[in-house]
Amino acid sequence: MTPTLALNNQSPRNDPREGNVMTFIRSLCIALAFTGVAATTVSAQSGPLRITITDGVIEPLPFAAPVFVAENSGAAEVAQRITQVVAADLSGTGLFREIPSSAFISPVTNFDAPVAYADWKAINAQALITGAVSAGSDGRVNVKFRLYDVFSGAPLGDGMQFGGGQGDWRRIAHKVADQIYGRITGEGPYFDTRVVYVAESGPKDARLKRLAIMDYDGANVQYLTDSSTIVLAPRFSPGGDRILYTSFETGFPRIKMMDLASVSSKALADLQGNMTFAPRFSPDGGTVVFSVSQDGNTDLYSMNLSSGQTTRLTNAPSIETAPSFSPDGSQIVFESDRSGNQQLYVMSAGGGDATRISFGEGRYGTPVWSPRGDMVAFTKQNAGRFHIGVMRTDGSEERLLTASFLDEGPTWAPNGRVIMFTRESAGAGGAAQLYSVDISGRNLRAVPMEGGASDPAWSPLLP
Amino acid sequence: MNKLTSLLLVASAVALAACSNPDRYGANGGAGGAGGAGGINQGGLGDPSDPNSIAYFNQTIGDRVQFAVNESTLSPQAQMTLTQQATWLGSHPNYTAIIEGHADEQGTREYNIALGDRRANAVKGYLVAQGVAANRLQTVSYGKERPLAVCSDEQCYSQNRRAVTVLGAAGGV
Repeated sequence: MTPTLALNNQSPRNDPREGNVMTFIRSLCIALAFTGVAATTVSAQSGPLRITITDGVIEPLPFAAPVFVAENSGAAEVAQRITQVVAADLSGTGLFREIPSSAFISPVTNFDAPVAYADWKAINAQALITGAVSAGSDGRVNVKFRLYDVFSGAPLGDGMQFGGGQGDWRRIAHKVADQIYGRITGEGPYFDTRVVYVAESGPKDARLKRLAIMDYDGANVQYLTDSSTIVLAPRFSPGGDRILYTSFETGFPRIKMMDLASVSSKALADLQGNMTFAPRFSPDGGTVVFSVSQDGNTDLYSMNLSSGQTTRLTNAPSIETAPSFSPDGSQIVFESDRSGNQQLYVMSAGGGDATRISFGEGRYGTPVWSPRGDMVAFTKQNAGRFHIGVMRTDGSEERLLTASFLDEGPTWAPNGRVIMFTRESAGAGGAAQLYSVDISGRNLRAVPMEGGASDPAWSPLLP
Repeated sequence: MNKLTSLLLVASAVALAACSNPDRYGANGGAGGAGGAGGINQGGLGDPSDPNSIAYFNQTIGDRVQFAVNESTLSPQAQMTLTQQATWLGSHPNYTAIIEGHADEQGTREYNIALGDRRANAVKGYLVAQGVAANRLQTVSYGKERPLAVCSDEQCYSQNRRAVTVLGAAGGV
């Protein structure tokens, strides 16, 4: 079974073929700003069109996104699709509500024509998104868009243009939506991202697991391994080019690292210890922190990837696992049962004394430091229920975001506003699914996917 | 026009060959390897009434012990089973064993891997104390990845919090 190369831009979703071998290469060129001035953030930041994400009920902001204008005959279909993805990204946040096109008073048939603000105001569209799409015979797609603050009667930021090759239309749509989301909320982008996860199939006592990667919204699923052995908990490198995961390929759990460009995996190193698992990259990508089990005891170690040098970080008879670096790389949050049950601790990245940060009822595990640095997401088990929660890095302001039979394993969107996790249903027919939730606890939703899935890890923002 | 960036995004698929692999739970193993008292196929394991057979070890002695929630302590009943396992292993020096630790689903994935390792090593330590050479015994944990019973009640959870002594031929493990 050798890898074959397929410039496959419409990859089959959840291809059931075992051992399916595919290489998937895309490049996306993005060109910015066609109004002259460099388009970064917005001049009208202080204007009325603004959502501030805080606690409390938010009435979704109504927006209109008329189908982007097709600038040539070959672009009609892709223009339609791109518009749908942009609208779905925004609506999917729970912060925006799309006004159906049946309510529109005036059509948008010319991207450069003056905006009929009164017609959009009349249907209470607070934001108007217009766009134009051209498609080359080679499949290249160019997309222009503008965002308007209808009630101010003015554009919100400059128009922008994105270009990409065949099959890049989804990424282009996500880039457009990221711009709109950022201009209106002031938050960082996260739609143009991918998620690596474990695809699951088969009965509960003989579950087949394989690594897979998809767009954050469940599109473009690609399998990275077959199901011949158990694989667990993939983690992205900070550059998004490698993943760490745990494989039972040798019969024992061992950490492997996959290079996504060459599709090759190798054992992390010839580590001492019977089992190695729970790996995670440091923010600079140069170090991996992980658990080693030896003689029934599990401790944390780190490894410098260039030198291969391994450092023992904890030395206790208790279980120490699920380590995660702070974004500045100086600290590690992890779980330990040294107190008698699972709790969260923070220590220096070099090891040494650890400070307990979780003190509520129940058990706390799988802590993950927010990319913003201000919070830790975790799994909490209490009174027969599982929760995804967040707390400040000193343990204060604990807040549970979800509750179910089994929620676990949070991963942060790169903007630190949204968390994805695994939710497993109970019983003999129980299955795992991926869910996402805003850190306010709103907008809980299943990621649209076919088949079971667990252990998501969100990529950094794609370039 | 300002060319911001170009990207080579690669997501790929590779087929991993399962080579010489003690993992009974690989794609070809399925649940059939779950072993012992679960009433699975005993083909090739001999007659459970034959004291020299693997089936005798698995069923008559019992190849597994169970644990309390979050515990790796061996109950008196578990110690009785393991004492008989040690005796059998003492009189059958051609066998080695991999001791598999498992956890129920009521725990996080990584913790359960570590907990299963504790359980497997509790069994190994007991067998070694009873005179079984340590180099005949390996341990592995499957965490909560391979439940024996699939319901979400204590009657299943108790069966899943287990350590199973899986016999293999010496040198063949």
